[in-house]
Amino acid sequence: MVKKRDENAQKEAFFNTTRAFKKSLPILMGVLMLLALADALIPKQAYRLIFSGNWFFDPLVGAAVGSISGGNPLTSYVIGGELRHEGVSMMAITAFIVSWVTVGIIQLPAEGLMLGKRFAIVRNAVSFCASIGIAIFAVLTIGIK
Amino acid sequence: MIKKIIEKVGVGGAFLFLAVMGYGILGIFDFVLLRDVVTVLIRLTVRIAPILLVVFVVMLLTNLFFDNKIVFRFLGKGSGFRGWTVAIVGGIVSSGPIYMWYPLLSDLKEKGMRDCLIATFLYTRAIKIPLLPMMVHYFGWDFTLALSIYMVLFSVVNGVIVQRLTQRGAEG
Repeated sequence: MVKKRDENAQKEAFFNTTRAFKKSLPILMGVLMLLALADALIPKQAYRLIFSGNWFFDPLVGAAVGSISGGNPLTSYVIGGELRHEGVSMMAITAFIVSWVTVGIIQLPAEGLMLGKRFAIVRNAVSFCASIGIAIFAVLTIGIK
Repeated sequence: MIKKIIEKVGVGGAFLFLAVMGYGILGIFDFVLLRDVVTVLIRLTVRIAPILLVVFVVMLLTNLFFDNKIVFRFLGKGSGFRGWTVAIVGGIVSSGPIYMWYPLLSDLKEKGMRDCLIATFLYTRAIKIPLLPMMVHYFGWDFTLALSIYMVLFSVVNGVIVQRLTQRGAEG
């Protein structure tokens, strides 16, 4: 009797998980398609042309570019490292690599559909501001330019 | 027409349909570019497939062993310090792209997980332990350490602000 109840609970858990997963799959596939499109359309060298060397605007631009980019965070470190060689300020690079992973404009529709529109907009907006805050704090703490 | 499509295939299906339409339009104007994009898409899909499997297993295990009461105790209103710890550590140790975790979080949210803990979990996912050596290589130990500490601190600040702005109150 107990065994049968366990079996039923397992079946129900599997059914519920599959149903939730099936519901999410089209959205995940759509996000992947958009990311692939962005990855193929935006050349890696384009990032280098965006920064002007301005201490006020560069962190803002860094956070904005990081927000619309996506993919493996490793790519953001590589680009950040290259930008450092080019003389771009560490504050801009930090804002760029932090927003790369914490803000997702490409994923925003999917996040809104699954976690709520208001939650997704607020979370991404707050994360955008936080990426600039973290950049300022981290760079001031270490004392590098 | 859009309403009819959404009614027929759901919001997710309509979103996928729009993405496929975009690919179709790109193919008409630049077939070579479309081929490149599809190659990137295949590479991405192959890379995330194992993580998707992990997410499915985690979801199955939570459905099997955690009922709404347990989730609510650990991640719901009144979960306190334990809830924040679970969200921070969970975010740091979780792997794969952020969007892979939406289905699980959506499921947990329905069971009572607070917005602030979801936001904190999503934020601390930015700290990637396997990638830290690479960050040290590019930016040095001191910077990596300072950035990681600030990320954890800001994840809590982020969670609190998100909770307040989603108008569910500080306690969720």
